Amino acid sequence: MEMKVAKKKLGLKERYRVMTRDLGWEPSYHTKEALYPYVGYEGIKIHDWEKWEDPFRLTMDAYWKYQAEKERKFYAIVDAHAQNNGHLNLTDARYLSALKIFLQAISPGEYAAHKGFARAGREFPGVGTQVACQMQAIDEIRHAQTQIHALSNYNKYYDGFHAFSDQRDRIWYTSVPRSFFDDAMSAGPFEFMVAIGFSFEYVLTNLLFVPFMSGAAYNGDMATVTFGFSAQSDEARHMTLGLECIKFLLEQDPANVPIVQAWFDKWFWRGFRVLGLVSTMMDYMLPKRVMSWREAWNMYGIENGTALFNDLARYGIRPPKGWDDAEKAIDHMSHQFMLGLYQWSFGTSFHSWIPSDDEMAWLSKKYPTTFDKYYRPRWDHIKKLAAAGTPYKNYGLPKLCQTCQLPTVFTEPEDPTLICHREVEYKGERYHFCSDGCQHIFENEPEKYIQAWLPMPQIHQDPIRGDLGAWMDWVNLKDGQDNGDYVGSNDQRNFDAWRGLATSNE
Amino acid sequence: MSTVFIALQTNEDTRPIIEAIAHDNPQAVVHRQPAMVKIDAPNRLVIRRESIEERLGREYDLQELQINLITLSGHVDEDEDAFTLTWNS
Repeated sequence: MEMKVAKKKLGLKERYRVMTRDLGWEPSYHTKEALYPYVGYEGIKIHDWEKWEDPFRLTMDAYWKYQAEKERKFYAIVDAHAQNNGHLNLTDARYLSALKIFLQAISPGEYAAHKGFARAGREFPGVGTQVACQMQAIDEIRHAQTQIHALSNYNKYYDGFHAFSDQRDRIWYTSVPRSFFDDAMSAGPFEFMVAIGFSFEYVLTNLLFVPFMSGAAYNGDMATVTFGFSAQSDEARHMTLGLECIKFLLEQDPANVPIVQAWFDKWFWRGFRVLGLVSTMMDYMLPKRVMSWREAWNMYGIENGTALFNDLARYGIRPPKGWDDAEKAIDHMSHQFMLGLYQWSFGTSFHSWIPSDDEMAWLSKKYPTTFDKYYRPRWDHIKKLAAAGTPYKNYGLPKLCQTCQLPTVFTEPEDPTLICHREVEYKGERYHFCSDGCQHIFENEPEKYIQAWLPMPQIHQDPIRGDLGAWMDWVNLKDGQDNGDYVGSNDQRNFDAWRGLATSNE
Repeated sequence: MSTVFIALQTNEDTRPIIEAIAHDNPQAVVHRQPAMVKIDAPNRLVIRRESIEERLGREYDLQELQINLITLSGHVDEDEDAFTLTWNS
């Protein structure tokens, strides 16, 4: 009897080798130094690029197959959401503020990460690294596109979604993540990998995409859950790539350890400052809460971060410098930032509001040592002012931190009643900082940060020249429409009216 | 001891996968959250292709995990038969 022998398919490890390593070649008429000019200047020493391995062993053919599947799932849900008036299934239209911040501040960051990885893939000599960076560059542009596409459904009905790209470039709170990405993209390729792979992917995206997206599900927003989880499935691969990159650097040469440690210190704090926005979205902007910012931090910050640093301790890596200051800030940051957003709500392209009694009860339960003591009295006072017809608005321009670009709204680690403010003089100019962490980052690279574009000085320059109305035109924000209190807004009026129509026969 | 974890979307695709993980990792704790399932385990978690195939009744490629994966923590090692997460602590 003749046996039919099936042709054996390549195993995963072999296929990975064939589809990545075998695509590389040795340059013959240029030197490697000329081909990869940026790979040496950060002081990182690499002896063997072959040691770099993608633990997922994902090859381009499999990548396209699974990404296509993710896209099909995504569009099936986004289409269903649009066809079913999904926007009227939200718990409350206040939730839209979180989406507006997401679109203005986070989605452009995805696009920036795309550009950064396209560049990093060109600058690294190792083939495994090049392929992984190429996939990540495509992932990131997919995230920007799917987010914009999912949220465009809301733009048909609500204010504040229409000018996210102008606002990404020009408005004050978006300059925080923008400066984070600009800083990473203007760094060398290895620092870029640590900034995005470790800080953005490992520290930030778990906190942003996982509990917040689970929250979106709780609040009836299937479109956002879908783009969030679809993006995060890529992020799981990115985190793994980031961790692999860090291990690779630490194993290649002991001289790399202090360089990587300094990047950890810097980028942990840069990432933590971007989380100020996320903490506020979680504690204040989800009408139906899943978990508090504190609970999310315990799970994805402390538990997961500690696991990582314990693991890397064998290379001589310690937790980042700002780790203890971060812990001291967790129970305060969302409240301090929301109070900031409320008092400057004339300058935001989303609505803010005074939390309801019910929400304040939730906040005091979740923040038993801080909310009633420090923040409830302020909200009560603000509530009184609003009831008297004199709502609290702060038309003063805040000092911005030269490093993270946040207004100096956060307090001293040891004293939650005192605003934290640091000052440094450099070449005859004074620079302001929100924290020791941001001051240290500046002092390590002053020539980089003195070039930063800051939204507040811009207000005094052309074409604005100190005029608030001209500023609103310039950032593409319509006064009385896109900004201000949620109570009395178009969004509130429209949502209530349309939902009434959707649930009755009138 | 450090916790490794994997989070998957809650849907029909992942139901047998979660069952298989819980079966193969008696130390693991399954947390069901809105729209997602997060599985924690001390130091190590193994996802085995065969266990999934038994429950699914068809051949399964572990790279299909990508489609419903939300996030994970730990060092990844993947081959045809197993997807393993570990921390050295």
